Amino acid sequence: MSLIGHSNTAGRRGSHRRAQQGGFRVTLRKVAGKIGLAFAVFLIVSPAILFFIWMISLSIKYEIDNASYPPILIPDRFAWENYKAVLTSNRFIQYFFNTLIVTGSATLFALVVGVPAGYGIARMRAHKAAIVILIARITPGLSYLIPLFLAFQWLGLLGTLAPQIIIHLVVTVPIVIWIMIGFFETTPIELEEAARLDGAGAWQVFRHVALPIARPGIAVAFILAVIFSWNNFVFGIVLAGRETRTLPVAVYNMISFDQLSWGPLAAAALLVTAPVLLLTIFAQRQIVAGLTAGAVKGG
Amino acid sequence: MREPRRDNSTGLPQRWGAPSYWPFVLPAMFIVLAVIVFPWIFTVWMSLHEWKVGQPTIFVGLFNYLRMPKDPRFVEAIWHTLLYTALSVILPLFFGTLAAVVFHQKFPLRGFMRGLYIMPMMATPVAIALVWTMMFHPQLGVLNYLLSLVGIPPQLWVFHPGSVIPSLVMVETWQWSPLVMLIVLGGLAAIPTEPYESALIDGASFWQMFRFITLPLITPFLFIAGMIRLIDALKSFDIIFAITQGGPGNASETINLYLYSVAFVYYDIGYGSAIALVFFVLIVVLAAVMLQMRQRMHWNEAMGGA
Repeated sequence: MSLIGHSNTAGRRGSHRRAQQGGFRVTLRKVAGKIGLAFAVFLIVSPAILFFIWMISLSIKYEIDNASYPPILIPDRFAWENYKAVLTSNRFIQYFFNTLIVTGSATLFALVVGVPAGYGIARMRAHKAAIVILIARITPGLSYLIPLFLAFQWLGLLGTLAPQIIIHLVVTVPIVIWIMIGFFETTPIELEEAARLDGAGAWQVFRHVALPIARPGIAVAFILAVIFSWNNFVFGIVLAGRETRTLPVAVYNMISFDQLSWGPLAAAALLVTAPVLLLTIFAQRQIVAGLTAGAVKGG
Repeated sequence: MREPRRDNSTGLPQRWGAPSYWPFVLPAMFIVLAVIVFPWIFTVWMSLHEWKVGQPTIFVGLFNYLRMPKDPRFVEAIWHTLLYTALSVILPLFFGTLAAVVFHQKFPLRGFMRGLYIMPMMATPVAIALVWTMMFHPQLGVLNYLLSLVGIPPQLWVFHPGSVIPSLVMVETWQWSPLVMLIVLGGLAAIPTEPYESALIDGASFWQMFRFITLPLITPFLFIAGMIRLIDALKSFDIIFAITQGGPGNASETINLYLYSVAFVYYDIGYGSAIALVFFVLIVVLAAVMLQMRQRMHWNEAMGGA
């Protein structure tokens, strides 16, 4: 609301007679307000921007530049071989595909199962079912790891990607169900009742009335499930072997074993998180829309 | 559970005409049983046993639970967790609300800026932890250089027991304020403009409008944000593990990190399961306390408004 922005500077000066003020002063205040707002935006966004700029800077510097004091932001020579080193060594490509398979499978499966479930729970007003989802949301990931680790061991699944795909469902399924409950609770039920009166079955109503309306919600659930599954680290450090590492685990192992030089490490970190960051920039509308819709429902 | 509800807002009686929604829920229920309910039951079972990988299991009753109060590392971990959580709820709530008020204004490139602002919470935690570790470096890190620009002596950040938790909270705040911002922004968007218009005519200042119009109306959203923050901060693992692994010494070892060590470093599965259960109970209790606070405030508001 520009109203608040405008009043920002006015309020700071303690003026109480804004309504009677002349045109010139109002324009002056508008300009001052705009400058103040620009400054506030800069202050708020800068920790995020500066961090990622510094991350890029670290990743394109040679060791000597990374070790210099005072620190150098833009080096004289760019160390592109940091990226080359990461991409060619350490099975980076294999780990990339591991992550892709785990995240992709866990997300798709969660959508197939979770979207109808969110619909059913919302329509049944089954708040007790939602509690199970809440418990899943509350439970620390490590708590699942102990029993499921033993279960996978007994089933002989360790050493394949299956344990990680299954355990990532712990992340993705609750996200999808939770977001979809929120969405279906806000979509109008009257349309569905009309369709039902016209003789449509429950599945038809879902497929042709509820689902099309919920498409933005599904997009949000998809994006968030992908991001949180891609980023997941806890499950990987316990379940992944040398062949089945996902990227976050691979990066962590780089810290502990392979090398201590900052350039390639930062390059690897950037490569791992780049897909997620791009998704965030391009899909920020969906992320924002979904989270706000969910919050409205919860309020 | 399709129980008859008195506050049926649709106007249609539920017993008539409403189709069965069970088929929609069943597949998910199966998954939830397999990966969420079964692990929990199994965890309870394991927690009652002396269960170490590669050794025979012995039923020991509540012995694992009785070990906890006498385990100094566990007790210390509880305090670390509570301190870490309190700071990681309050600071993101503060900065997130501030950011939401700013992002609620209209300015060019707002969507793009918002995208940039939420990048920390979407970025892969291990990746950003790695870069923060470099930034915390006492000699080569950029943070000490920035401090030197404003005349503050260099800090040891995560390398000193006294400053490790505040340093980690700084990362957590940087990372999760955006989530609070998004939730509060949703609340701000739902506020009608009329109260502000009449307040402006009455000559209210920005702070007065924020305090008496905005804040009461976004309180429910702040509670949701606070709740989510509480749960996530208690569970925080990736950042702490990747930056300090609980160190230096045990100075930043939270319950979650200790749980990891017990279960997957010492392979003491029985004790680890017991800790997992107690940890879960702690989270539920703290969340319930917060819900209680919310309900009490609702009640007070209702009384005050009457």
